[in-house]
Amino acid sequence: MKLNEATAHEILELIRQEKATPQQAFDAVLDQVQAKDDHIRAYVRLFLNENRWDPATARVPIPIGIKDNICIKGEPTTCCSRILGGFKPPYDATVIEKLKKTGAMLVGSTNMDEFAFGSSTENSCYGPTRNPWDPGRVPGGSSGGSAAAVASDQAIWALGSDTGGSIRQPAAFCGVVGLKPTYGRVSRYGLVAFASSLDQIGPIAKDVQDAAMLLGIIAGYDERDSTSADVLVPDYTKALIKDVKGLKIGIPKEYFVAGIDPDVKEAIMAAIEVLRGKGAIFEDVSLPHTEYAIATYYIVATAEASSNLARYDGVQYGLRRQPPQVRKTPLIDMYEETRDLGFGNEAKRRIMLGTYSLSSGYYDDYYLKGLKVRTLIKQDFDRVFEKFDAIITPTAPTTAFKMGEKIADPLSMYLSDVYTISANLSGIPAISIPCGFSKEHLPIGLQILAKPFGEQMLFRIAYTYEQSTPWHKKRPPL
Amino acid sequence: MTRATKIITQDDVKYIASLSRVHLQKEETQHLTKDLEGILHYVHKLERLDVREIDPTSHVLPLKNVYRCDEVRSSLKQAEVMQLAIQQQNGFLKVPKVI
Repeated sequence: MKLNEATAHEILELIRQEKATPQQAFDAVLDQVQAKDDHIRAYVRLFLNENRWDPATARVPIPIGIKDNICIKGEPTTCCSRILGGFKPPYDATVIEKLKKTGAMLVGSTNMDEFAFGSSTENSCYGPTRNPWDPGRVPGGSSGGSAAAVASDQAIWALGSDTGGSIRQPAAFCGVVGLKPTYGRVSRYGLVAFASSLDQIGPIAKDVQDAAMLLGIIAGYDERDSTSADVLVPDYTKALIKDVKGLKIGIPKEYFVAGIDPDVKEAIMAAIEVLRGKGAIFEDVSLPHTEYAIATYYIVATAEASSNLARYDGVQYGLRRQPPQVRKTPLIDMYEETRDLGFGNEAKRRIMLGTYSLSSGYYDDYYLKGLKVRTLIKQDFDRVFEKFDAIITPTAPTTAFKMGEKIADPLSMYLSDVYTISANLSGIPAISIPCGFSKEHLPIGLQILAKPFGEQMLFRIAYTYEQSTPWHKKRPPL
Repeated sequence: MTRATKIITQDDVKYIASLSRVHLQKEETQHLTKDLEGILHYVHKLERLDVREIDPTSHVLPLKNVYRCDEVRSSLKQAEVMQLAIQQQNGFLKVPKVI
């Protein structure tokens, strides 16, 4: 096995046994990037010149890809948007500081939908990423570059961000593990904001153990993010036990309705049988407001986005453009021209939608109503978790769709997030793990959800399932 | 708002564009009107819910007024930050003529 095909825990073990060096692991990953990424296009840039780790102190020298919306000091961070062209953050995000301290080796910035607006990575100013399992299909999104990099052995780990499913859905489409932590579990300092009440950074990895290790590194309270939670970070690797006996897991009936691909449904039902065989107790549950989640999300998330993206005005950093002729006043013309040329179609759509729902006369009907329905969606989960340890659902209603299939119809793209969005609205943690393949040999993802700060429960169930099945060992035919 | 009338018109979109400080080409205005019409129509399913007695959730964590001590701390150096400036003069950001 080549080192880039190994997991992080396998590489660390080989280093401990002096059978491999960190440099060899890094070189193996870079070789794979040189060989495959012209085709896959998981990365938008590489950090070839500065290999920032000290072999003397590195505890966890693992090559990792970083989504292009997480600030790395001195490296361009653009959210795959023209409007941030040339921006090099003067500071590191907290998660990057933590990674550097452990000796992680940053490989490059991974592709994404512009400002994380999308579910296919097609809305990137650098062009789309291909799904390693089928180059004619999308890798999912918005963290499509991160998921594709890990799936194609061009990174051992990757960081993504998840506002409505942007870690879990690409992880499912690419056949890897992706976790959205509890809101507040990981500091958002240095994560370029999309929707501040929903965004979380999380790990994308080749197996559950690797995801647990990476979460342990990046999690924790940070006074620079006033919404980070002052809750002790446990040793997540201790949760990796093969035992689900007596655990009560809910199956929400609202997630198995029209629109679900029969192959996906079959794989999830088979996964449930595996866990039942290990002693888990399954019962049907109801999350009655599920059907309102997407509508709620696209009010709340776009309202926050329109406010967060107001800062990109051509005044301070990034792009500035002036129209040739004066239209209003020179300053307002500059704002409007910069934002017209700097933002892509989906970014404009979301800014406009958010501005609309926050504007005078519509606030009560849209934004405030959205926040109230959010309460109902959260209460659905609160009620289920009074009696259940976890909930199991598909991660996405279908497998990876074809490039171009949904890009012209924004609503159909939004609907692909139907199973992931509620976890963000409720702030709860959720993991996607591989659970089989469709007839077209495309990966299928199983989603497990738990109550706030219940990541250990997710790891326990995910690990038990993973260790009883072969899916996490499958690699795409590159 | 009744379903019989259009939820959103091209004039509405032009107005929102100006609030959003985005200049739109004519074709973009047409496309966005159609897109937003479709999305808002979908969002209107929330009308089926009676939420008069429900409190809004703007944030999931029970956090309120997060304070820290007002201590002097080191910060990023001005010169370092100003390297990012698109246009500057004497340590100030320069913008097009305001009035």
